[in-house]
Amino acid sequence: MNKLVALSCGTIFGIGLVISQMINPAKVLGFLNVFGEWDPSLAFVMIGALIVSSPLFHLFKKKEKPIFSESFSISENKEIDKKLIIGSILFGAGWGLAGLCPGPAISSIALFNVSSITFVTAMFVGFYVTKLSRDD
Amino acid sequence: MNIVNFTPVSALIGGMIIGFSVFLFFIFNGRMIGVSGIASNFLISKNNRIDNLLFLIGLILGPLIYSYFTKQKIEVSITNSLFLLIGGGILVGFGTKISGGCTSGHGISGVGRFSLRSIIATITFMIVGILTVLIKNIL
Repeated sequence: MNKLVALSCGTIFGIGLVISQMINPAKVLGFLNVFGEWDPSLAFVMIGALIVSSPLFHLFKKKEKPIFSESFSISENKEIDKKLIIGSILFGAGWGLAGLCPGPAISSIALFNVSSITFVTAMFVGFYVTKLSRDD
Repeated sequence: MNIVNFTPVSALIGGMIIGFSVFLFFIFNGRMIGVSGIASNFLISKNNRIDNLLFLIGLILGPLIYSYFTKQKIEVSITNSLFLLIGGGILVGFGTKISGGCTSGHGISGVGRFSLRSIIATITFMIVGILTVLIKNIL
């Protein structure tokens, strides 16, 4: 059942990206263009996602275990350190350069365009290099 | 500042669908959705590898299913500059792996749980994203 949930959640998430048009980098870059021609839509996507997910998290967070799994695996990391800030700065720069973040980038592979595939490949290289550069 | 191309209704509805998907993954599988985490763990870790792969396949299936049923063409305009795509991609991969999340992981899942760590990450990448676009427009 876990597998079916994973596939379904990915699909629903992808449909949300299409309906909200966040799959389109032009919309994302429009949001980041605060000092020019600004398109505030992305803020409404986040508000929409939060008004649904946030109350439900808080309602069910005391639940002992999830429906199809033995336990919740949720990050307990509370540390606000250099890694968090530097990583977020690098991510923000890449996001602003291409207008793509991981979700929309992977979803837009559905359109078989070379740009999405190039970006996602480079992103996976970034993941891999980070993994290699660590001791663990 | 000049407001253009603003689509609040579709943005809100699409966002709610995304939020619902995040909740379903949490309540059924006990996991938080962060696409960078799912994608990088699929590459790097054996844990939940099949689940992670299926989620990523779903992300790609979503737009296909949507356009099949609505007969609508999905509009996407992506730069074809190799510098922006490869440079941006590497920075996104690197940055999200170091900071432990992206727009979904920190911005939605983390902020939704009121995680201070994620709130700070989200503010940081938003400001840097805005500055990057500003600098790009000046150059």
